[in-house]
Amino acid sequence: MEIMIALLAGFLVAAGAYLMMSGKTLPYLFGLTMISNAANLIIFASGRLTFGKPPLIPEGAHSIEGASNALPQALILTAIVIGFGLLVFALALAYRSYYVLGTTKMDHMNASEPGTEVGS
Amino acid sequence: MNSLILRTASRLLLPLILVLSVFVFWRGHNEPGGGFIGGLLAAIAFALVEKAQGLEAARKALHFRPQSIAAVGLGCTVLGGLWGAFAYGYFLKGVWPLIEKLPDGSKTGLPFGSIMLFDFGVFLVVLGGVCGILFALEDVVANERDDKED
Amino acid sequence: MAEAGPETVLVRKTVLSHGAGLWRFIPALVAAAATLWFAQFIGPVSHGDIPEYVASWVPQLGISFAFRLDGLALAFALLICGIGAMVFLYASAYFRSDRRLLSLQLSLMAFAVSMVGLTTADDAITLFIFWEGTTVTSFLLIGFDHEKEKSRRAAIQALIITGAGGLALFAGLLVMGSLVGSFRLSEMNLAGDVIRASPLYPVIFTLVILGCFTKSAQWPFHFWLPGAMAAPTPVSAYLHSATMVKAGVFLMARFTPALSGTDLWTWTLVPVGAFTMILASVWAMRQTDLKLMLAFTTVMGLSMMTMLLGIGGPYAVAAAMTFLLVHAFYKAGLFLSVGMIEKGSGSRDYTEISGLARAMPHTATVVMLAALSMAGMIPFFGFIGKELIYESTAHAHFAPQAVTAAAILANALMFACSGMVAIRPFFFRPRACPKDKPADPGWALWLGPTILAALGLLCGLFPSAVEHVLVAPMVQAVAGEGLPGHLALWHGPGLPLYLSLATFALGFVLYLLLDAIHTGLAAAEPKLPRTESWYDGFMRGLGKVARRTSVLVQNGNMTSYLRRTFLALAAVIWIALLAGTASWPGFRLSVEAIDWAIFTIITASIVVVLRTASRLTGITALGGIGSGIAIIFVIYGATDVAMTQLFVEILVVIFMAIAMVRLPRTGGVPFVPLNAVVAGILGVAVSVTLLMVLGTGLDLSLTEFFEENSAPVALGHNIVNVILVDFRGLDTMGETAVIAIAAIAAYAVLMAGRKRARGGE
Repeated sequence: MEIMIALLAGFLVAAGAYLMMSGKTLPYLFGLTMISNAANLIIFASGRLTFGKPPLIPEGAHSIEGASNALPQALILTAIVIGFGLLVFALALAYRSYYVLGTTKMDHMNASEPGTEVGS
Repeated sequence: MNSLILRTASRLLLPLILVLSVFVFWRGHNEPGGGFIGGLLAAIAFALVEKAQGLEAARKALHFRPQSIAAVGLGCTVLGGLWGAFAYGYFLKGVWPLIEKLPDGSKTGLPFGSIMLFDFGVFLVVLGGVCGILFALEDVVANERDDKED
Repeated sequence: MAEAGPETVLVRKTVLSHGAGLWRFIPALVAAAATLWFAQFIGPVSHGDIPEYVASWVPQLGISFAFRLDGLALAFALLICGIGAMVFLYASAYFRSDRRLLSLQLSLMAFAVSMVGLTTADDAITLFIFWEGTTVTSFLLIGFDHEKEKSRRAAIQALIITGAGGLALFAGLLVMGSLVGSFRLSEMNLAGDVIRASPLYPVIFTLVILGCFTKSAQWPFHFWLPGAMAAPTPVSAYLHSATMVKAGVFLMARFTPALSGTDLWTWTLVPVGAFTMILASVWAMRQTDLKLMLAFTTVMGLSMMTMLLGIGGPYAVAAAMTFLLVHAFYKAGLFLSVGMIEKGSGSRDYTEISGLARAMPHTATVVMLAALSMAGMIPFFGFIGKELIYESTAHAHFAPQAVTAAAILANALMFACSGMVAIRPFFFRPRACPKDKPADPGWALWLGPTILAALGLLCGLFPSAVEHVLVAPMVQAVAGEGLPGHLALWHGPGLPLYLSLATFALGFVLYLLLDAIHTGLAAAEPKLPRTESWYDGFMRGLGKVARRTSVLVQNGNMTSYLRRTFLALAAVIWIALLAGTASWPGFRLSVEAIDWAIFTIITASIVVVLRTASRLTGITALGGIGSGIAIIFVIYGATDVAMTQLFVEILVVIFMAIAMVRLPRTGGVPFVPLNAVVAGILGVAVSVTLLMVLGTGLDLSLTEFFEENSAPVALGHNIVNVILVDFRGLDTMGETAVIAIAAIAAYAVLMAGRKRARGGE
């Protein structure tokens, strides 16, 4: 399975980067989501894959052996929620920028750049 | 989203999902679940109400302003940390006043304490944060729809 | 006028309630208390009992938070706090009806603290921190009238010049510290022979002296100080005459044991000091604004001290330290008095005011006292200072005739300037000044200058007291030996006295010729080279370079930014992969049916997102990707993560669907080969890296710790949740804050536009 996850992470990053470079807000957001998914997948796989044994200590026991690695899971869990927060903020920005600037083409959102005309 | 079925279903589903989310949160310390998951689930419940019955109904169902909920949640996480600080001198150290450790290592009592308060804070922050943005987005989308037609 | 009535009343009311509070005296009281606190150390320090305070800061690097109150530090602390008390009191009256008084007081206090820290520090890093503190507070204070272009320009100029000097100083301190093996200044000073013998000495010297020269306004960096006169009068009196500008002189004195005595030291300090001294005193004659004139004489005073420290030896050090005190008393007094003249008459330009002595008798007396000390008249403290200067220049081992001649010329010019300040505004026929009825200002304004001017007289009358309290310990700290001889008003006839008489005569002639000199200088000014124009040219060049760079790099094209970012990321990964020693992994390649199923679902969804022109299809496919990943989490035992992923996926779809309604259709993503290549390189890099990582060993000690301690210690059986809320609770607390902030930010972005849309209606 490792090779599949590695390939999937590569696909997701490549597709995400490609979409982010498209210069349009909605595909950009799609790309962002894909890359954050890929990041979670990479962290998860880096903690090694253990088939089907969640890190839950059975009632009455003190410890557990051979369960899947709990540490990356804890890291990803918050990363997912934070990634969601970031995505939603980006969504709000995309929405607002379309409303204020009247465009979804990111290359036209350059009013603060030097050497370019406002809203050209 | 003017579906009668969805509207009726959402009335039933809201309490159901909310109870489920609290349950998921409560058992999170020993079984899969916890503040993040519970909070997300609760937020989904309100998102469902919002989609089915509209923004006002969802706001009413939530009762408090989402920002206030998130703020109270942040306060709970801090209080949960301070509890440990006052009890043992370490910020965020777990305090379980209702649990007794038996000599053989096992324990009895209610799993209630600073860690649960902390996790509940997480629950509230996630719920309040998600609902806050959801309501704002829906509000803006609904109201600007008319302004922008030109 | 009639319509503005109620508003004006309202404004006045708030202003009065703002200015009338007794709190405005607090800073002055604090500074006075600090003066008394420092005064208790006078006895012990003069007997060689030097208090120290050392707290560990970064012990690994040998950096400590160290303070040492030797004679030099104590004298400076007393000056800073004592003059501070008077200036704070003065400022509370000067800005009485100004709502910015609080911010001014706070900045002044912050400055005073930095300055006391700087002078009492015994650790190079501690010293540097406070040194920068004075630079920043000085910037804030010069730019206090930030609505004015001139103030902003002066503030930035001072910040850049003293800030650049500060960086040079920092580098110099680091080199010196690593050479000596300690950052304690007292130990550096003990290792003077080592430093002077080192081949790094010229580097250390140049860097440290750059810091001193910029701070103390020596040529060619002198121009920022007259510019800094854009600051309000109390600020100029405090920072730019009595305290901050002396920080450079202080540092030269502080490092005299470590760095002085070489040819480089003498050949730098004496010529630069002498040249700046004459330049500044000549330019002082050019000014008609009394404050600017005083600013140039301040530069002159600082150069005099630089020159004396350059000469070195106990005589010159004694002269420098005495002159430092003399200068602090009369210059702060005069600056504050000029503020009184301005408050009382409405102008500080001597071409606009005259004959004020009758209307402002008190101000006239104070100015007269301070100016007599500045002119070096008997029996004022200035006379003692001047005698000592001649004593030491005449015995200098470095071109005594030239140095003495320069000192005479500068002192004579100073004599003429003090004549201008004391006579022009107050005598001759009164004329219409900008204020109808000029009058002496209130007690809070005159108290400070009066004390300072009186000190100039008292120190002259009782020199042995000053010698025991301040001068002798200062000389001991700087020169390492006691004061040669004693301070006295009357040494009897001798070379210094004849030189003084010569100075008076020359000064009197210069005073009579002043108008002619002024006219001549004004005519010559545009033709002379000015170092300020070098600064301007440098700043313009900097702006040009910055502009060209940003036009080149920041082309406003988001796609190209992202392309560069991704390429750089891929390059970093590939370099690490190719240069590293990682071998091709030996993991199991077994692929099972369920793996194929998930792989197919996710890959198909990715292709759909890439290819579709429909937004709804895209969002759905995105949900497919997320769900596929959630299944991976379930299979490999991450139940909590899978639940989170699923719920988030649901919410993402809901949010996207809401926002999508208002975002326009943009069609599919067109195929751009370049982007595809960049994305491909990055994707392959990620895949290969992950495979490599999976082939290496993994340190599971943390995981084992969590597995063993979750149930017994943290009383939880779900290890993931226990890590989140207990073991790594602080992380989670930060993350909840991030979520809350993201929510607030998104809310603000959405709602701000909404209000604008409504308001525009």
